[in-house]
Parts: sequence; C-alpha cells; structure tokens
Amino acid sequence: MTAPDAADADAIAVDALTVRYRDHAAVQDVSFRAASASFIAIVGPNGSGKTTLLKALLGLETPDAGTVRVLGRPPDAVPAGQIGYVPQIKTFERSFPAVAVELVLSALHQRWPFRVKEDERTQAVQALDHVGAHHLADRALGELSGGELQRVYLARSIIRQPRLLLLDEPATGVDRAGAHDLYDLLDAYQARTGATVLMVTHDWNAAYHHASHVLVLDRTQISYGPPDAALSEANLRQAFGHVGHAHAMLIGRNPDD
Amino acid sequence: MIDALSLPFMQRALVAGVLVGLLASYYGVFVVQRRLSFLGIGLSHAAFGGVALGLLLQVNPMWVAVPFTVAVALGINWITVRGNVTGDTAIGVLFAVAVALGIVFLSLRQTYTADAFAYLFGSILAVRPADVWVMGAVALASLGTAPLWGRWAYATFDRDLARADRVPVTRDDYVLVTLLAITVVAAVKVVGIILAAAFLVIPAATARLLVRTFSAMTGVAMGIGVLTAVGGLLASYGLDVPSGATIILGQALLFFIALIGTGR
Repeated sequence: MTAPDAADADAIAVDALTVRYRDHAAVQDVSFRAASASFIAIVGPNGSGKTTLLKALLGLETPDAGTVRVLGRPPDAVPAGQIGYVPQIKTFERSFPAVAVELVLSALHQRWPFRVKEDERTQAVQALDHVGAHHLADRALGELSGGELQRVYLARSIIRQPRLLLLDEPATGVDRAGAHDLYDLLDAYQARTGATVLMVTHDWNAAYHHASHVLVLDRTQISYGPPDAALSEANLRQAFGHVGHAHAMLIGRNPDD
Repeated sequence: MIDALSLPFMQRALVAGVLVGLLASYYGVFVVQRRLSFLGIGLSHAAFGGVALGLLLQVNPMWVAVPFTVAVALGINWITVRGNVTGDTAIGVLFAVAVALGIVFLSLRQTYTADAFAYLFGSILAVRPADVWVMGAVALASLGTAPLWGRWAYATFDRDLARADRVPVTRDDYVLVTLLAITVVAAVKVVGIILAAAFLVIPAATARLLVRTFSAMTGVAMGIGVLTAVGGLLASYGLDVPSGATIILGQALLFFIALIGTGR
C-alpha cells in the first residue's frame, strides 16, 4: 500500500486530470486542490464530467492523463472506510430485497450482511439517528421515498466516520425541504467530525451557500475558487449557456434591480 | 414408493435432485437479481455443445460439458467486462456458436443420436455415479466459496458501491460464472437443456415474492429448489411422467401461488 505523503495536507489533489471513454474526453485537464475540512461543490451541466471526476476520486475510473491523490494516496490505495460515498439514487435497483439497516451495515465490512448482529444493528441505528432516520431501520429499501433513501445512504456513508465524504447529486429525487435538510446534515457532520466533503450537484444555490470552494466544470475546468468568484455570471454562462436571472437570484439580488 | 427409494438409480436421482435443487437456487438468486435469466438459457444451450462433443469422443458427456460450458461462461464474462458489447449480445453470440458446434459434432457421429436428445429433456433417473460426483464437487466448491456470498450480494445490489469499497468485483464475477456454469451443466442432467434455466430462475423468483431480505431470499429459494426437486421426482415416478418437466411444473405452481398470494 502506498504510504500517505506527510507533506500533503490536501484532502484532494487533482493535477491535469483527463479521463477518456474511447476517443471522447469526459474530463479534460482538470486541476484543483481541496484542503482538509473544506466543503467542495462541483457544478456543471449534464454530461459535463462531474460523475466521471467523482469516480476518478473513488478510483473507479483510471486517469488517461494527470494524477489524482486522495487523503495523500492514489485513490485505490486509500483504506476502505476513510472515504464515504453516496451514489446517485437514480441508479438504485428497487427490486433488490433489503432493509435499511442492511444497506447501512454493508459499509462496515465491505460486504452485504447475511445476518444482522445485535451490536452491529445498534451501530447502524446510531448512524441512522445522526441523519434523523432511525425510524427507517427496518423499512424495505424499495418502499422508501427519495429523501428517505438519501438519508439511509448518508447514514451508510458516515458509519465509519470517514475523513472524506463524496456525494453524487445527493438532492436528486428529493423535494426542496428534504434537500435543505440534507445540506444541513452535511454541514453538521462536517462541523462534528472535521471531514472534507465533496458534492456533485446541479444546485447552484446549495453550492453557493454551503461550499467553501466550487468547481465549475464543462468537461474542462471553467473555474475553481470560493463561491463568489467561481459562480460568477460569466463562468456560469460559459458552462450552462443562457443563465437568465438565475445568477442574480443566486447571490440574493433582485434581478429587476 | 418406499420400495422405489431402495433402488440405486432412485437414490442417485434423489441425491442429484437435492444437490441441483440447492445449487441452482443458490446461484439463481444472483441470476434473478442481476437480471441474467438469459445467461442461464445461454449456458444451458452452451452445455449442448459440450454434451455433443462428449458423445462424439465417446466419453461421459458431463466430463466434456463442464469445461466446455465453463469456457463459454468465462468467454461471455470476458467480452462483457471489456465493455465493447453488452452482456446479452455476448451471450447471444457465444451460445449460438456453442449450439452450432454441437450440431456439427453430432453430425460427425456415425451412430444414432437418441442419447443426445435425452439431454434436451433431462433424465434424472439416468443419473450416473460420476454425475453425482460432479454435483458433489460443485456443492463442496460452493461451501468453500460461501464467504463470497456477501461480496456477490454487495455487487449485485450496486456494482460501483462495492468497487468503491475495494471489493474485487471483476475477479469475483469470474468465480461466480464458473460455478454457475458447472451448476447449469448439473441442472441439464436433471431437467434437460430446455428447462435448466428455469431451475435457476423460478425458485429464486418465487422466494423474491415472499421475503424482504436477500439472505432470506437465498435460504427460501434453496428450500424451494430442494422441495420441488424431491417432490417432482417422487410425483413423476408415481405418475409415470417425465421427471424434469414435473419438477419445473411444480416450481411454476409455487411461483404462481406466491404471485397471486402476495398480490405483487
């Protein structure tokens, strides 16, 4: 296993990263660093490479060029449990027979539990309690709403108190109030543990109000920095095309002023 | 009926039925939850190529069908992992190749091919001691790989989630399809090429209707597999009808009862 670089205080260090699918560059020449205990949001339109970048951080995609270091190591050398991962719930297979506590425990031993031991169940329920979802412990996953499912995934991702939390569109399929709660939970987890949080999102507003740094991506890197600078109207227009009044509303200014 | 149980061929048939019932249902839960029913059909038809080669070489067809079907299964997995074509396309191509080879092998034989047709419909009462040894070996291998259940289940739930947790998903899949392929060959002996895939799918699908967790689904599917194999065998003996078809019809009956009973 590669030893962590003691001099590397950054939780994430991405340099000139390019990931290609056949001849198509999903992510091209992206570089950014995230200090420990920072909250990073990656925003960009559909197909902009956000999920590909997240998967490169998880070690699920291999760089075609450039380097990725996570917690001072190449991603595939980071011990299991130090990274918490919340995938997009739209990929969730609802026909799989499982109850919430099993999904939470899958992160504990890196396998699906055949039976749930009492002490592990207590641990899982505590993790669910941290995200206000202890009442969901014995509910079938297929019966949960998007917001409930997202909380269970969040509980799963924090059960081992990871140093880095990676979330892929955590508010997809969640109503506005649920999304608000979710971001508050992330803030609370970060305040409690000092973990680094990186979130892929479509929600500029959440990025603006919760992240310490924002990466705007459209396959190539448009901007990276504090929300005010990274989410400038020019940067958003470059990434998304027409942004209308969205930018003015984002920064809390009446678009008619 | 009690007298029948003292007959060696009936005893072998029962042992084979129990082993295949356990194994096919155990691997069947992964087949059903990964939506790989077509893989079961593909592998059972691929076994036909191996059986035909065994008949051509005048050796026990099982000894040839096992490595032949395993090779096809590994080939399907290898092509799928490469990502150039989808899994169902890989299955469609390789099982057609295996069946075509089987037809060529049979055409090269100088003798009548009635024994090949016995494999199409299965003949549990003609199970040889060597067949039982193969099934016993797969059962032992399955016991030995029981710790992989949790990793296979994890990857079945969400492949990327398992990979992110450093589960060696690709390597585990090669082990799974190898054991699945041998199980399919054993099931071919019991219920035939045409119905072998049903042995993978129906008990697992029935169990899915009845339970809320994957571990319970696995246990209940194995119970249904054994119950229907033994029950079907005894019923077929009593009614003097083909055993393979009786087993599958019994499984289908339970499936429809569960489907209607649970209202899903």
